[in-house]
Amino acid sequence: MKSRNRLLFCLLAVSLAANPVFAEDLTGTLKKVKESGTITMGIRESSYPLSYLDDKQQPIGYHIDVCNKIVAAVKDRLKMPGLKILLQPVTSQNRIPLVSNGTVDLECGSTTNNEARRKQVSFAVTTFVTNVRMAVKKASGITSLDQLNGKPVATTSGTTSVQLMRAHEKGKHLDFKEVYGKDHADAFLLLETDRAVAFVMDDNLLAGLIATSKKPADYALVGEVLNVEPIAVMVRKDDAQFKKLADDAIKGMMKSGELDKLYAKWFLSPIPPKNISMNFPMSEKLKELIRNPSDAPAEEYNRKK
Amino acid sequence: MNYHWNWGIYLEQIKGGGETYLSWLMTGLGWTVSVSLCSWAIALVLGFLIGTLRTAPSRRVARLCTAYVELFRNIPLLVQMFLWFFVVPEFLPHGLSMWVKQEMPAKEFLTASACLGLFTSARIAEQVRAGIQSLPAGQRHAGLAMGFTLPQTYRYVLLPLAFRIILPPLTSEFMNVFKNSSVAFAIGVLELTFQARQMQEDSEQGIETYLAVTLLYFICAFIANRGMSWIEKRTRIPGCIAAET
Repeated sequence: MKSRNRLLFCLLAVSLAANPVFAEDLTGTLKKVKESGTITMGIRESSYPLSYLDDKQQPIGYHIDVCNKIVAAVKDRLKMPGLKILLQPVTSQNRIPLVSNGTVDLECGSTTNNEARRKQVSFAVTTFVTNVRMAVKKASGITSLDQLNGKPVATTSGTTSVQLMRAHEKGKHLDFKEVYGKDHADAFLLLETDRAVAFVMDDNLLAGLIATSKKPADYALVGEVLNVEPIAVMVRKDDAQFKKLADDAIKGMMKSGELDKLYAKWFLSPIPPKNISMNFPMSEKLKELIRNPSDAPAEEYNRKK
Repeated sequence: MNYHWNWGIYLEQIKGGGETYLSWLMTGLGWTVSVSLCSWAIALVLGFLIGTLRTAPSRRVARLCTAYVELFRNIPLLVQMFLWFFVVPEFLPHGLSMWVKQEMPAKEFLTASACLGLFTSARIAEQVRAGIQSLPAGQRHAGLAMGFTLPQTYRYVLLPLAFRIILPPLTSEFMNVFKNSSVAFAIGVLELTFQARQMQEDSEQGIETYLAVTLLYFICAFIANRGMSWIEKRTRIPGCIAAET
């Protein structure tokens, strides 16, 4: 056993010595990827249509396509066409710890870029913008925040929608009865079964939940925009080399029009698993960000005027 | 690991409100203790009743109580929470169903307490039954021979002894109630686990958050443990079962 280990060690030492050029100018994630021969993508299981699993349990979505492009750029840069891609499912609770502790190199989910998170991680340039709004049943006739006084309002635990409603000028003097679902599907169930009259959440998630619900025609997205949130691919903090590579890959797609095509593929055409379209046209904000890419955090979008 | 530590996070102001994260955790602790004590009360009453009836002479009553225990023991707690909260109200008449779903005050709290109480009562019933059955048959016969009725035999002879025998497993059960109450977050009770998720999402200081929550749960369970062992000492009968510990 021992002598075999020593032999392996010698082989390793020789192979490393024979290949001295790369390891020097690579740092952080790229160095780790080069040495391990693998890159780990963090994926979500149900963040429609940014990152989710299809009926064969394979990750697909808008941000998965964006990340595949970044991984292609990594392969080019490292001259490793055979680079092995590992997939790691993540949740809202563990995505940031998994990126900062090195388990995940590139998180391709639906993470909002905000100031609190930037203390732990870094974000590539913004590739999607979501508005926090509410979904209601059309039959309820609700169209604005001020009609919610004294009514039960659903949101997902671990999100801050209720604080946003309180902070909004129309919501200041209202008394909401907040009810919580443990995830987006549960919170939507609260609306579906009339435990709540409205569900406050990111509008793309609401559109996805409505599109895949039993009776999509019964629901509508209404009301004031409570918060604007830039969503981006997440990378490790203080890794300028890898962030620049990711940013350049995305900026290239923005310039060439490839990102617009991807947007149309995932937000405007029928998508798996039910072959239903999200019908979610690109916002003015995102069009502007494609012209002038930026990685500014949510706080800069919501400054009080 | 590339982690940004911030031990002052507990006292930081939350955006858009005058609260601190510590006040979130304290609110959570309040609900955790309330749910736990409420369900413990339900569990003790029902558990002793059902457990006693399982040893009753009537076969039919005993079987009914066995069915009760098996029902609550064989379904995971989380699933029971969802059943009581999402499924049961759908089978009520429409008006009542809408009242339960929208108007009923503190519906998450009451559902969670009842659900956890019933779940724990099945476990206590088993312990009570085991406690009673572990007593020599002579105790029961002697009670009846003294002229006690059957309920009196239970009240004055069997149950006081059985209670002392099962105190150690009851202690574990009491501690479990605090720990199991964390499942209540799934139906939206604003208890400790719920607040922890909220705080970690808002502050992104996950390690500090869960360390604080771990400590708070530990303190709860430990106080429960010390309290029960105090009762154990106070109720000990010298020369009787488990005299030396």
